[in-house]
Amino acid sequence: MAAGERVTRIDKPGALVHLPREGDRDEALADPRVGDVDEWGRSESIRELTRRLYDPMYRHWFRAEWDGLDKIPTTGGALLVANHAGAIPSDAPAIMHGIETELGRPVYGLAEHLFKALPVVGTMWARAGGVAADPDNAYRLLREQGQLALVFPEGTKATGKLFSERYQLRRFGRGGFVEIAMRAGVPIVPIAVVGAEESMPIVWKSGALAKLVGVPYAPLTANMLLFGPLGLLLYFPAKFRLKVLDPVHFDVPPDQPRYSKSRIMEEAENIRQRMQETLYDMLRERKSVWFG
Amino acid sequence: MGRRVLVTGLSTFWGGRVAKALEADAEVDVIVGLDTKPPRIELERTEFVRADQSYSILSRIVKAAQIDTILHTFLVVDSTRMSGRALHEINVIGTMNLLAAAGAEGSPVRQVVVKSSTLVYGATHRDPQWFREETPRTQSPRTRVERSLNEVEGYLRDFAEDNPHVTITLLRFSNVLGPDIVTPITKALGLPLVPMILGYDPMMQFVHEEDVVRSILFTMDRKVSGIYNVAGDGRMPWSEVITMAGKRPVYLPPIRTAWAAAPFSRLGIVDLPDEVLALLRYGRGADNRRLKHAGFRYGYTTAGAVDAFVKNQRLRSTVGETRPGYQYERDVENFFRHSPAVVRDQ
Repeated sequence: MAAGERVTRIDKPGALVHLPREGDRDEALADPRVGDVDEWGRSESIRELTRRLYDPMYRHWFRAEWDGLDKIPTTGGALLVANHAGAIPSDAPAIMHGIETELGRPVYGLAEHLFKALPVVGTMWARAGGVAADPDNAYRLLREQGQLALVFPEGTKATGKLFSERYQLRRFGRGGFVEIAMRAGVPIVPIAVVGAEESMPIVWKSGALAKLVGVPYAPLTANMLLFGPLGLLLYFPAKFRLKVLDPVHFDVPPDQPRYSKSRIMEEAENIRQRMQETLYDMLRERKSVWFG
Repeated sequence: MGRRVLVTGLSTFWGGRVAKALEADAEVDVIVGLDTKPPRIELERTEFVRADQSYSILSRIVKAAQIDTILHTFLVVDSTRMSGRALHEINVIGTMNLLAAAGAEGSPVRQVVVKSSTLVYGATHRDPQWFREETPRTQSPRTRVERSLNEVEGYLRDFAEDNPHVTITLLRFSNVLGPDIVTPITKALGLPLVPMILGYDPMMQFVHEEDVVRSILFTMDRKVSGIYNVAGDGRMPWSEVITMAGKRPVYLPPIRTAWAAAPFSRLGIVDLPDEVLALLRYGRGADNRRLKHAGFRYGYTTAGAVDAFVKNQRLRSTVGETRPGYQYERDVENFFRHSPAVVRDQ
């Protein structure tokens, strides 16, 4: 018998449990889905719609320009790492949109669990390709499914910083992103983004209010000063430049339970420094915030 | 020599089904079914013992019938069926007594299979997309049924430590769907308007009721030990489940949800306890690959289980209940099993 499995047969009519017979079992299971939402909650049709709506913003408002898109692998998993900015970050949609339209492959955005708790926002975020930044999730995406995942190692420390601190990279967490890439056996592709900082700058923030509401930061943005409540939605038309850095490959075996913490911190710091220097270079070249 | 099996909760949905499936297995010599109520399905050779799960009775049955395998299907995971106290009594005290009887001096028991639930993982916004068997839950249990299941699993761990010679199988089932099972989820899907929490469209996962019974028999047959998730492949949004059922949603408010759901339960329309509301908010995914690696083949995916449920709903709405009713008559059953007048082994 196949694989030594004993098959119990109940052939009588009206039997409660119809145990499958041999031969039936190797067929692929029927999966009569009617929607296109994948196991992560991402829906290609909703992404498609989002891309169509967002494209004018991407092309004509931010006038996003890429440098080195060819360094992003067209097959297999890779962890994309970028700097983060703007009270409501404008960099994540731009990066995901750019790669999906140019390379034609999906990008999953890893972010705070907090998103999932919010009604409407949480669901829309998941449908648009957002996934909770959990090591298990990242491993499954990168190693088992060979997808592209985007992560911002600075987290909310970056999006919550004041305008005066723009383009100063924060601490890269505890280097968790490096450990994930090592375990998944995928390269890290750093991306430096210029423009997002000026699209929604924070001029002042209230620690007390943030604590009260239970959010990471409660900002007052220049957009709010200018447009009132509408400023929550309206970005300034800063020119976006995105530069892809050389991918970092780690020559360590994947699937290890632990990796040397010092090696992880060293790699994380190297990546951070390269990104910081690239940002400074890009700013040296930039003649105007609005025209690039 | 064949197996001698004790099934707990014979009159429950799962106990009856498992016993029925065991009867068709020639390698099972003896099936003893335990419950306080008579079985609700017709059984041929299962011996029904009307008793509660008290220690003295259990240890006597185990010894007298030389039980070598216990299938503990009698864990209540649907908290709408009874009071919290009764649920605690059955789940925690019942399991404690059962394991004590199984581990008594000179006990012939060599395998214990326990039917638990993925409720032990909870459902919060901090959860990973897929729970592996060793993933800890992200928040301590808040509801009575979750607490009781956690306690049960704790007892089982202790039992495993004290009885290394016994094969212990802990199966955690995700939400079950299929032609016959009735749960708060199936009741909700049976309504003209299906409750949904406004702003949330959780990713659901289901397992077909046949796969539940088959997995219990599979782990018994193969003497598979350890903890296993039993859940169909894939996850799908609750809105898609509602669409497949041919229904439309009705929205519960995202805040004060339990408060808004209370009148439905009071009017007897649908009872949505806290653990179901948490599921309708955040969903839950259980990684089913460990059981697959052990050799188990699922018969249905998540969407397949939903489809089977929907098709039977349609049949039922046309022709009514399809299963004939059955009334247990002790004298008749005893006549067929034990009277010398009945010709056996043709």
